Amino acid sequence: MTSRSRLMISAALLTLAGAAPAVAQTEIQWWHALTGANNDVVVKLAEEFNASQKEYKVVPAYKGSYPDTLNAGVAAFRAGTAPHILQVFEVGTGTMMSAKGAVKPVHELMKEAGEPFDPKAYLPAITGYYSTAKGDMLSMPFNSSSMVMWYNKDAFKKAGLNPDAPPKTWPEVFEAGRKLKAAGYDKCGFTNAWATWANIEQFGAWHNIPIATKANGLDGFDTVLNFNSPLFLKHWTNLVELQKDKTYDYSGRTNNGEGRFTSGECPIMLTSSGFFGNVKANAKFDWANAAMPYYPEAAGAPQNSIIGGASLWVMGGKKADEYKGVAKFFTFLSDVDRQVKLHTESGYLPITKAAYAKVKDSGFYKDKPYLETPLLELNNKEPTENSRGLRFGGLVQIRDIWSEELEAALNGQKTPKAALDAAVERGNQALRQFERTASR
Amino acid sequence: MQKNAYFRSLTIPLLLLLPQLAITVVFFYWPASQAVWQSFLLEDAFGTSTQFVWFENYQSLFADPGYFKALRNTAVFSTFVCVFSLSIALLFAVMADRQIRGAEIYKTLLIWPYAVAPAIAGVLWIFMFDPSLGMLARGLQSLGIAWNPRLNGNDAMTLVILAATWKQISYNFLFFLAGLQSIPKSVIEAAVIDGARPMRRFWTIIFPLLSPTTFFLLVVNIVYVFFDTFGIIDTVTGGGPAGATETLVYKVYSDGKGGSNLGGSAAQSVILLVMVIAMTAVQFRFIERKVNY
Repeated sequence: MTSRSRLMISAALLTLAGAAPAVAQTEIQWWHALTGANNDVVVKLAEEFNASQKEYKVVPAYKGSYPDTLNAGVAAFRAGTAPHILQVFEVGTGTMMSAKGAVKPVHELMKEAGEPFDPKAYLPAITGYYSTAKGDMLSMPFNSSSMVMWYNKDAFKKAGLNPDAPPKTWPEVFEAGRKLKAAGYDKCGFTNAWATWANIEQFGAWHNIPIATKANGLDGFDTVLNFNSPLFLKHWTNLVELQKDKTYDYSGRTNNGEGRFTSGECPIMLTSSGFFGNVKANAKFDWANAAMPYYPEAAGAPQNSIIGGASLWVMGGKKADEYKGVAKFFTFLSDVDRQVKLHTESGYLPITKAAYAKVKDSGFYKDKPYLETPLLELNNKEPTENSRGLRFGGLVQIRDIWSEELEAALNGQKTPKAALDAAVERGNQALRQFERTASR
Repeated sequence: MQKNAYFRSLTIPLLLLLPQLAITVVFFYWPASQAVWQSFLLEDAFGTSTQFVWFENYQSLFADPGYFKALRNTAVFSTFVCVFSLSIALLFAVMADRQIRGAEIYKTLLIWPYAVAPAIAGVLWIFMFDPSLGMLARGLQSLGIAWNPRLNGNDAMTLVILAATWKQISYNFLFFLAGLQSIPKSVIEAAVIDGARPMRRFWTIIFPLLSPTTFFLLVVNIVYVFFDTFGIIDTVTGGGPAGATETLVYKVYSDGKGGSNLGGSAAQSVILLVMVIAMTAVQFRFIERKVNY
């Protein structure tokens, strides 16, 4: 089905849905990008909210992948038919922020609607990513994750490694990779999904070194990339060396390569904590996860990790009454018990401190420590300028540029230094282009 | 009796032409002119700030080495796909055109791949040649061939060429077969009586008589490679590794995706439009003259 006909059908369905109730309810459109079990979570949340009160009705609609949903939202805004709530992945944050009038900041929304809202109740490691430099929350975190190191315990036993003491540092990971390779995992000792998230974005935060000036872009769009620094170079050089004999093996730009872990091909994989559901369903071996490795010589490492996932943006230009409904829905989402349930059932990270504390006190993590690993990483230390998050306009495109350069280094077309320099230089060109179009 | 029908006023002919003209204007000239206009603008994703920048988008395009790389990729990709898909389809058509048992079955089976959507075709080829999942990739690796389209640009290019060729063979086959069947049997029988062997018959009689079909297919194939292979590239390689399979059309998409560079993306599509118009004009002007209709 073409996207146009899909759009028309969903439009037709929406009209039907809107025509049904006799009482005049205010409808709130919620466009999202979640499939399968996560889609059920969205639908259930909307149903529960709709059942909890009579004035407002949240109508969720699936709009395709994250980039598709962002594009659909952008196109709808240009056509004057934007939804009230748009789920946007963390990479799109800079793009969303940049356009004046296109979005309604969450802190303003809550204040105007008179909803109780304390930004301090939320986990700073999560909201920091979606807040201004002053700490004003711009969007509501929804499904958050972080990067962890998943490992195959059975493979560890086979290679003579202790499955209960996973490698902590990068040199230890390299050593483990070599041993695993010798033990028969000869196509892939260790790997990662989300190439640039692992080897640039998380790497910088975890080692407390900058990716760019101005707190990695959080303090302004005139940020300049500067991650062609010694530790990045060291890491890229190591990966390039290890790629040669497949102790490390590249697994692509997105999470398409995640199946290499669950199939047992790659015994160590750095990827999102959101991989949990997939591992649980598909891995036919004993598994666990651990914090991301670090280089011990980096002062202060490990620092804290940054989040991935998506947040809910409120689009601009809607009626005050509709905004009130959105604000009520956000209050509903932030409720402690609801957050506890979401976290323990779906594996999403809780967004409030109270919810995290409640789950922790219940002893839930004793049985399921793998669900706490990303939270421990995020809260490892008070975030710094380098680890609060990152915000670059057009990051979708910039990530592609970075991946291209990493690939060029790994396949030997460029030296690691040349590739890193080019990643920074080309990324800066894209940033300057974006800066010219950003209206704030 | 008057031979020429004519209309007394212009109203009726214009009315009759109107549907066709409306369709052309609405679905072709209007979007095309929008693209031209957009290519002179610098705009954010939401359209909240717009500047008119004259030819700046074109200038930055021609200063971008990535654009020339995409141009080179497109040349390599389209040459290989056209040559392979046309020659293999011709071979199949000639073989299937003979009196053989089960000819109908072969013909039907050969046409099937055309019904497969490009993106699905891409996924099928991934299943065979993905370095981790693919049966055939494992075979290659066990033969000692370091097959890795995830990192090796040539491997990736080979893979998308294979997938795009496979997909197009059916279409070409269908037309070649129809072309072959429309060649009068008497001409070929005459050549047989004159003692011409099969190879000679093919090159001096069949191939020249097929030339209108070949010419038509050449144009169609070039358009196919330029535009319709997007789905295959997107699913198989996503333009990677390191831009090795990024063609012009794919670059239009990846630069415009996320709304990050609409102006640059529009400038590229304008250039692409001009290129295809130019190529088709050249083909009709020069190659068509040599075609025997």
